Order: sequence, then structure tokens, then C-alpha cells
Amino acid sequence: MAASAVLRTSMGLTLSLCRVNPGCNLCKIHILTRCRYGLTESLKMRTNIRSWTMSRSIHTSNGLYHSKSERIDEEDEADVVNVVYTDRSGKRIPVKARVGDNILYLAHKHGIELEGACEASLACSTCHVYVHQDYLDKLPEPLEREDDMLDMAPMLQENSRLGCQIILTREMDGLEVTLPKITRNFYVDGHVPAPH
Amino acid sequence: MNTSRMFVFKPMKSLLTKCTRATVTSGLRRLACTPSSCPRVCIVGGGPAGFYTAQHLLKAHPAIQVDIYERLPIPFGLVRFGVAPDHPEVKNVINTFTQTAQHERCSFHGNVTVGKDVSVEELQQAYHAVVLSYGAEGNRTLGVPGENLSGVYSAKDFVGWYNGLPSNKGLNPDLSSETAVILGQGNVALDVARILLSPLDVLTKTDITQPSLQALAASRVRRVLIVGRRGPLQVACTIKELREMVNLPGNRPDMLSADFQGIAEVLKDLPRPRKRLTELMMKAVQERPAGAPLTSRQWGFRFLRSPVEVLPSPDLTQTAGIRLGINRLEGSGEGARAVPTGETEDVECGMVISSIGYQSLPIDPAVPFDHHKAIIPNAMGRVQQASGLYCSGWVKRGPTGVIATTMNDSFDTARVLIKDMETGVLDVSTVKPGSHTVTPLLQKRGVNPVSFSDWEKIDAEEMKRGTAVGKPREKLLDVTEMLKTAHS
Repeated sequence: MAASAVLRTSMGLTLSLCRVNPGCNLCKIHILTRCRYGLTESLKMRTNIRSWTMSRSIHTSNGLYHSKSERIDEEDEADVVNVVYTDRSGKRIPVKARVGDNILYLAHKHGIELEGACEASLACSTCHVYVHQDYLDKLPEPLEREDDMLDMAPMLQENSRLGCQIILTREMDGLEVTLPKITRNFYVDGHVPAPH
Repeated sequence: MNTSRMFVFKPMKSLLTKCTRATVTSGLRRLACTPSSCPRVCIVGGGPAGFYTAQHLLKAHPAIQVDIYERLPIPFGLVRFGVAPDHPEVKNVINTFTQTAQHERCSFHGNVTVGKDVSVEELQQAYHAVVLSYGAEGNRTLGVPGENLSGVYSAKDFVGWYNGLPSNKGLNPDLSSETAVILGQGNVALDVARILLSPLDVLTKTDITQPSLQALAASRVRRVLIVGRRGPLQVACTIKELREMVNLPGNRPDMLSADFQGIAEVLKDLPRPRKRLTELMMKAVQERPAGAPLTSRQWGFRFLRSPVEVLPSPDLTQTAGIRLGINRLEGSGEGARAVPTGETEDVECGMVISSIGYQSLPIDPAVPFDHHKAIIPNAMGRVQQASGLYCSGWVKRGPTGVIATTMNDSFDTARVLIKDMETGVLDVSTVKPGSHTVTPLLQKRGVNPVSFSDWEKIDAEEMKRGTAVGKPREKLLDVTEMLKTAHS
């Protein structure tokens, strides 16, 4: 109970930090752009925290995130869990995480586009990911409620899980998760594959 | 794609006066935009499709300005008026939508009926692109005699009534009969069944409207039959909603085991969602308790039945029952067709709720509309033969799917729009005034738009009223009252 409360607090903090940076994106150039517009907006007396966070996101440092679970200190090396996301364009994104981190909020922290519409309350399937076969058995069995939500996920596979339900353990070091492609027959560049 | 773009920080003064979007690029058009000439997109409809489209546009483009127009003074569409009151966790998505609405390059304009207060053509003049995300406000009709009798309701109106949709506040459904028949077996049908049968102490803790709570407290409905034209393997609901029915306190399933003959044998070959759903239904059949107390409420699916006629009471004014045509299945699986056998059966009931689907309606004569499919004809969100017009959500693909479906679909439309801007298919080189001309136009026509901060006043008032009665929110039910609160 207490553990879950701690986790919730940690998740909440991560979330609120993610929230003030809705434009976060891995592409540094985009971040730069945003940063500039963020600055502009700030100067237009819209000095809300979002703008400043945007302008700070250029540094993409751990200093942005003050949650204890997100700072990797030397003595906590043992708690480090390596995770590789493969985003919707197929790009591999390795990140360092910690035991107890949650795959949904970890993605937000690193600007990986994974939605969490219901905020990890098991009421939607927007954080649907595929887990690499080698790690499936290292994850606890899904709750019935998770399975129920997965049944609604577009492009469900045998290795589908909800990102919000994957809480990292040491055994999951090296975990690889893949975000489902956006749609079956639509590419980001507008290319529609011809039928074979 | 963007690696060739370079940005250089300029002195702040210059940043204040000019926001040049640098473009050095192969294949990209050179665009210079000052704040007044940034790409301006307007979105018609402030529901999930509209907000998800806006979210992605804002995220994918560093300068785009997005205005969301909504007919009601309040945002969030079906998240507020569709999602059942006992599903508060689904409504968490409002937090994300609120962030979008509060984004510095986004503004919300409620209380504006596009197609009446302002035409789509006028919006196109004011914006570089118009995204139609206005959903499906109509509903499919049964098309059978007796449909207009008192006691027959559309699920859309019934849901709107208990969720506080202003146009449904006067529905006042007749809950005095013991049996209610719901036609359709989708999630909306199950939501309606659950609200009709839920113990009152569950509902009192939700944001269900007070008048509907009072009506449900006095309800005499004890038995709900959920009727589908096809078989158990074709039900349209999803497992979460079915499980809620199975676990509903004070209720027992009333299924007919004969309907499930032969189903066990085909289970193993079904795709996972269908398999788990069917297994749960079969469990509900088996768990039918013999000695359940007579007072308990019950619900059940009835398969292979189509409405033929709503039967009137002797004085011909009220619903007294429904005549159902008995079908057989032709083919199998998801594509199986219901074929009438010619036989019928009558079911006594005082209430019929038709839950056979929502339906999009045309918004403006200037916008193409496919009346047969009841959608705006489009290719990946680009409205056909209408440059600068896009669509997302139910009006794009029809009224099906869960929030993840609408999210993906809206992101797709936003990607296409951004792509069109970059390739020049969508011309954003001219200066467009956006709401700077639309708002005065609306005011001239006597329309007073509601901003997002105005909505926050309504929100605060609703929360305050909710706290007073021990609910998370007590919704305002009247547009005039909403406007009064918003503009106070």
C-alpha cells in the first residue's frame, strides 16, 4: 500500500513535469525551435512555467527532473535499468531508467510519443506497446483489467502490453519495447504502399 | 527530414517583433512568418477528435495557431456527454485536453455553431485550413412502425439525458415499467443497461445529473433485455463493459443457454478479444443462480432478433411491447449476415431504447457529404475535392471505436495537414486573420463566444455545486445558465 503510494507520487511528479512540456520531442532541432517560440511567448508576458520549461529543455539534462527516482546517482548504479524504445518510425531509443519506473511516464520523460489518456488508471489503451519476446516472461502477468483494455487496442499482438502497467525491475534490464505503427497502411511521409 | 534546418538565436528585441521560421531545405518551401502570418488552422468541434487533432498540430509545428470552435459553451464533447458517469477514470483525458486548450498557440471558442453562426466558407477565408471534427450528433432510426410512441427513446438522447446534454434535459423518460428493451449490443447499449440497473449508491457518487438520479431512484425497471440482430459471436460491445454487467451488484444475468450451443467448439479459433468476450458471456450463462432472490434485477442478451414493430398500449399512446423478427445467420464470424426467417415473437415492455448507432450529419452545404456512409468523403483526412478542408474522428470514419481509435485517427489527420503545409499542397504563404475577423463577425451576429477561461468559471461553479451534494460535479443543464456563468 505504502509502496504503491510512493510510486503514485513519483508518477504524479513525472507526469506533471511532462505536462509542462507537451512539445517535448527527441529531435533536438525541434526542441530548439520550440525553445525559441517558448522564449518569444514568454517575452509576450506569457511567463508561464511551460514556456520556461520549453526553453530549458534544450539542455535535456537530468536536472530537469527532480524526482528522486529519476536521478541516477553513483551509489544507485545497481538500480539502473536499461530500456530501449523503438518509436513509431522504427528508430531505436536507448534510455537509462531506474527500478520502479513506469514505461509510460519514462517515455514521456524522454519525449517519446506515447499517450496516456486515462493517466494509468486502466481505462484506455492509448499506451499500448509491444514487448520483445525475450522479456515477456520477466513481466508479471497482466491483470484482468489490463487484458480487457488490451482487447480494445488497435493492432493487438501476442506481445502487447500497456506501458502504464510495466513497472521496471532489475530483471528487466535491457527491456525492449516497440510502439505500434500509427496505422496499418499509412506512412508518415504520406506514402501509401501499393498492394503486392 | 529536419536535419538541414538551422536556427540561430537572435537578440530578444528582434524575437519580439518577428518570428522567422527559418527554412533551409531541400524539398521544403521557404516560409517566413511573423506572428500575424503564422499558419492558422481552425478545428470545428471541441470533442476528443478536435482536441487530439489540435494536440498533434501544436506538437508537430512550432508556430501553428489553432482555434477550436464548439457549438456548446463547454468543451470535451462526448468525454463529458457520452462517457458514462460511473467511468470517471476515462474522463482523465480531460486533463490532457485542458493542457492543449491552455497552450499559448491554441484558443477555444465555445457557443459558436459552425454552419449557422459562421459558415465553413467564412472560416476558410479566415484560416489556412479547416478541420471538421464535429462528430456524430444524429442517430440511426429504427424505421419500424410505432417508433414514435411514447416510451421509445434513442440511446443517444437517453445518454445525453443522464449526462446533462442541454438538448436532452427535458427527455424525462418513463421508467415506470418493469421491462426495458434495448436494441443494439454495443457499448452504448451496455452503458444504458448499467445505468438503468445500477444500485443507487453507486450512481450518487458520480457526476450523473441530479434530475436523472431522482428519476432513477423512482425507477421500476427491473429487467433489461439487450437485443441484437445477430448471434453471440457478433456482439459489438467490448469486454470491460460486459464484465461490468456481469459483476453489477444486485443484478443477475439472464441469458439463454440455447443461444450458446456450438459456440464452445469455435472458441479456440477466434481472435483474442472476441474469444475472451465470448468466454465471459458463456460464464454469465453458466453462473445463472437458481435461487437468486426475486427482488434482484436482471439483464440478458437476446440474439438473432430484429425490431419489426413497437406495439402500442390499448389507448395507442404508450409503448406496451415490441415485436421482434427472428433471424438466422448466413455466413460466419464478424461478417455473418442476419436473414429474417419470417417468424416473430412479442416481448412485453414499457420502454424501448434504440442503440443502433450514432450518425454524422452534414454541417454546411459547402462541405461534401456522403449520405450513404454518413461521413465526409475523405482520403486520409483530406476532404475530397475541397482544398484546405480536413476531417478527423467520427465524421471521418464513422461512429465506432474507443478513444484510442479516435486518437490515432486524429493524429493521422494532423500529420497529413502538416505534410501538406510542408509540401505546398496547402498554401500557407498568404496572411490569414483567423479569429481576428471571425470573432467580430460573430459578435456582429449577436453571438458571444465562450473562451477557455470562461469555461473554467463554469467548471468551478459545477465543482462547487457538486461538493455541496457530495458529488464530483453537478453539471449545469441549461445553455443560458452556462453563458450567464461564463460571462459573469
